[in-house]
Amino acid sequence: MHQPATEARPSIYYNYEVFKPWLPSEHPQQPRHQVAIAGSGPAGMVTALELARHGVPSVVLSAELQFSQGSRAICFTRRSMEILQQVGVADRMTEGGLPWRFGNSFYRGQRVFRMEAPHDPDDRFFPIINVQQQFMEEYLHDACKANPLIDFRWGNKVNAVVQKDGYAEVEVDTPEGPYTLETDWLIAADGGRSGIRSAMNLQMEGASYEGFFVIADIQIDLPFPTERRAYFDPEWNPGNTILMHREPHGIWRVDYQLPPGETPEEALRPESLKARIDAQLAMIGHAGTPWKMDWSSVYSARTLTLPDFVHGSVIFTGDAAHLLPIFGVRGANTAFQDAQSLGWHLAYVVKGLAGPSLLKNHSTERVGAAREIIEEAGKSTRFMAPPSAGFRLLRDAVLSLSLTQDFVRPLYHWRTSRPHEYTHSALNSLGDDNALFKAGPAHGAPPQNVRLGINDFLLDHLGGGFDLLYFTDAEALPAALRSVIDAARQEGMPIKVIAVGAAQAVQGADKTLPDADGHLRQRYGVPANGAAYLLRPDQHICARWLTLDATRLQAALSTALPQ
Amino acid sequence: MSEKVLPIDGLETVYDALATAIDQAGPDKAQLFLVKLALLNANALGDAALVQQQIATAWQDL
Repeated sequence: MHQPATEARPSIYYNYEVFKPWLPSEHPQQPRHQVAIAGSGPAGMVTALELARHGVPSVVLSAELQFSQGSRAICFTRRSMEILQQVGVADRMTEGGLPWRFGNSFYRGQRVFRMEAPHDPDDRFFPIINVQQQFMEEYLHDACKANPLIDFRWGNKVNAVVQKDGYAEVEVDTPEGPYTLETDWLIAADGGRSGIRSAMNLQMEGASYEGFFVIADIQIDLPFPTERRAYFDPEWNPGNTILMHREPHGIWRVDYQLPPGETPEEALRPESLKARIDAQLAMIGHAGTPWKMDWSSVYSARTLTLPDFVHGSVIFTGDAAHLLPIFGVRGANTAFQDAQSLGWHLAYVVKGLAGPSLLKNHSTERVGAAREIIEEAGKSTRFMAPPSAGFRLLRDAVLSLSLTQDFVRPLYHWRTSRPHEYTHSALNSLGDDNALFKAGPAHGAPPQNVRLGINDFLLDHLGGGFDLLYFTDAEALPAALRSVIDAARQEGMPIKVIAVGAAQAVQGADKTLPDADGHLRQRYGVPANGAAYLLRPDQHICARWLTLDATRLQAALSTALPQ
Repeated sequence: MSEKVLPIDGLETVYDALATAIDQAGPDKAQLFLVKLALLNANALGDAALVQQQIATAWQDL
């Protein structure tokens, strides 16, 4: 019998609500579900919300009765906010969050590198916003609760999974004992220590780095702005790295590397935490400033991924599918992209709008993203936490040179999480004009946001299905294009037409954006009327034309939804 | 390799200067000093492929 903790978790700044468990005896016999999701973290909940957006119901199974312990993921990227906007929680994130765009690296008391993340006036969201994970989970949970297609079950832990012919039989344990749940698809969003992954004995590829980092959240009043602060090789912790981030509600994240050989248990003893945090505060000139511990944990840097996310009826996503280092804020931010991708790919297969090869595409694209992140994050990790004497020597040489030599300073750059471009996706159109464009987002890229007016941006208008941006100042969409779109809709394909560039509403378009100053056309590299962009439900570009015709539109739609 | 050649008197100057600097750095810092120097040289060369070649050459007959 599964007995999740019923005591509210301790926290200085967050009041945990303990939810009631979902008990099988209180519900009628369940038919086979289309989708069940094991795990209610960022990956699980965004998958559920995206599925619901595409009309597919799901059951979310959460082993616990409350949100996660401690702040955990705190830095959310612009692309994450764009994804969270799609599932309706970006406003709440913005209200409570601390946005930022500068990072500082310090060595021997000198600031040796300052990272300035660009903030384009066409972007609605900052490069990064800090919000503690409990709040993010609360916002997502509220959205799930409000959605009639999501059946959220607290206190339901997946014990065992048996793959049957075309479905999975899941043994779910609850505070009154286990029950069996049948589902066509089981999403394993059960985190870095995925029990489903272990039980299926799936091997991940990649590297694990030695050495541990402590994460500690403290309540303290420090007069620094919301910027990333990285301290290299300080006297109190020779050779190691310390990171600091401001969080909302008067909390600071202090993140420090342990000397080789020290165990996590030793490092988390209160007197050890206190001595090191006091030493760090002294080093930054705030010795004796009172502080209180909220939460602490230990992690090690790993760059691992499953080589395939789809295994029979089970699909892995988020940390269950890959383990990525914390440097570059890659955990939850990657999970959001995974979940957004999985949501529409799976929904379209469940609804019969595409064949199973669409799921293969999801796996190929997201495994590709994980491998790209591993390549990039590996570089950052080798600098932040050198894995051998040689890497340590090179890092130390760079630290020393950086006091006087500009050319080494970019090596401090953190390579923050960014969205993967599906440049070689099987869904990209082959016969379009992608290569002829001189500007604008190319094949597989996420969209460029564009400011249209006060509190009005292009991405506010996109999503939920395919979007065709058609650039025209004519009165109506050409009849030949309309008949292709009508035929696609008849077959169930959700596609919206947004006309850009006409002062009046364009007939046959679902929406018209006047783009009076031509700024949107300029950002998208559109030189003349008749050009178009086709965006997938995750907003990534899969086709673009300088002059769109019906034949090529039909071809692009067929390629985007393989049967 | 580079077509520029260091004349023998220049090479002797570098020889003495390197040996003296390594001694002054002492056993604890000699490695660090040499790696800093290698990075400065690499930047002055401005050619990653040439540096790779030199790494391979230096690695021979250790």
